[in-house]
Amino acid sequence: MYSIEAKDVNFYYGDFLALKNISMQIEKNSVTAFIGPSGCGKSTFLRLFNRMNDLIPNIKLEGKIMVKGEDVYSKNVFVDQLRKEVGMVFQKANPFPKTIFENVAYGLRVNGEKNKKKIEQVVEQSLKGAALWEEVKDKLNRSAFALSGGQQQRLCIARALAIEPSIILMDEPASALDPISTLKIEELIFELKKKYTIVIVTHNMQQAARVSDKTAFFYLGELIEYDNTDKIFTNPQKEATQNYVTGRFG
Amino acid sequence: MVQLHIDTELFKLKQSLQDMWIIVEKQLKKTRLAFLDYDKAMARQVIAREKMVNALELKIDSECESFIAKNSPVAIDLRLVLAYINMNNNLERIGDFCESISNYVLNHMSGKLDENFAALLRIEEIFDCANDMFIFAKDALIEEDTEKAEKIFGIDNLIDEIYHNSVKVIAEQIKNDVSKTEEYLLLYSVIRKLERIGDRCNNIAEEIVFYLEAKVLKHNEKEKKKIEKDFK
Repeated sequence: MYSIEAKDVNFYYGDFLALKNISMQIEKNSVTAFIGPSGCGKSTFLRLFNRMNDLIPNIKLEGKIMVKGEDVYSKNVFVDQLRKEVGMVFQKANPFPKTIFENVAYGLRVNGEKNKKKIEQVVEQSLKGAALWEEVKDKLNRSAFALSGGQQQRLCIARALAIEPSIILMDEPASALDPISTLKIEELIFELKKKYTIVIVTHNMQQAARVSDKTAFFYLGELIEYDNTDKIFTNPQKEATQNYVTGRFG
Repeated sequence: MVQLHIDTELFKLKQSLQDMWIIVEKQLKKTRLAFLDYDKAMARQVIAREKMVNALELKIDSECESFIAKNSPVAIDLRLVLAYINMNNNLERIGDFCESISNYVLNHMSGKLDENFAALLRIEEIFDCANDMFIFAKDALIEEDTEKAEKIFGIDNLIDEIYHNSVKVIAEQIKNDVSKTEEYLLLYSVIRKLERIGDRCNNIAEEIVFYLEAKVLKHNEKEKKKIEKDFK
């Protein structure tokens, strides 16, 4: 069974057809990169996987989005349950105005976890999973805002891990970070892949080439090419893909 | 469309490699004259120019390294720069063979090769083949024409055939006059070098096909035979 499967997806913002007949399968424990110019629909598509587009007015979805074989837009699916399964990390780190500890514990608390010991264990595990524990273990009660941008982004990843998702969506997670912090996020993605399925939207071609197993190139709402990353970056089959990855898109 | 910086850089690389082609082509032509006409002055020119070939090889290597470091090329750009690195190396080796043959002319020849013996060895033909392969390879790269590159594989087979024939001819000569064994073996080494020039042109043709079509022909005799068959 695929981690994520899209079948004949059309998506509208009002009258505007933002995604055109997209079908795609994403395998478990893999990293898939979505690339394409701004406005091509890659973030829109990503946000369908955990229904982040739901609150936008006048949207319409045709086709199916399946997560672990279940249609996420069926009436039986509760959005909060879906988002426990499909975590998300955004372009800009968005920690809560709370302590480092409370940021990670937040998801557990809103899900009714009261066992202090259990919460402490999960916070430590999640911070370790996000490669942040060694840097913050002695200052867990400090404000999350005291952390650097790169640390804040890893804190957000730890927060996502705390509720034990199986899929993590990353929407340009390193675009606002310096090269060292970017490298740490990329190293983290390699580690996380062992336990999670990761889908990442990125404008950084080299990042897509480095971290992903598969790459999907989108243009004007269409999925132009979806193949192994090695293939996309050495011998893409479509001219549009070649023009984009070599920077000659025009 | 606006000329991108990466295209300007690639153009500079292409220019440097073309300089290398021009120098090595001259080396090959002069070596032919030096050997076939026993022209010592020409042989000296080849040897003197070899340093320039080596220097240009280093310059192109450095330019390719810098291009990769600065541009992180992918897809066709990556294949192009990888092909350039290998072509550069093969051209330099062709330059080495020219120098070696010129050294033979200066140090081991005492006059033009006997006409009948040269005909038996088909020595002029092997020089022509090497030259044709070189020109085809150069044109194939400039015109980005894989068909031209693939023609080289057929000529390489002819060079191999001439080479194997020459081994038999030289072996026969040694049998007839053992006292000239060393002389014949040295001559054999010249023919061997010409055969190796053919191999290097063959490698260059493989690189051109790799760059243009992303097909790897290196160590893929089956695919190459198929291409040769298509041309017949």
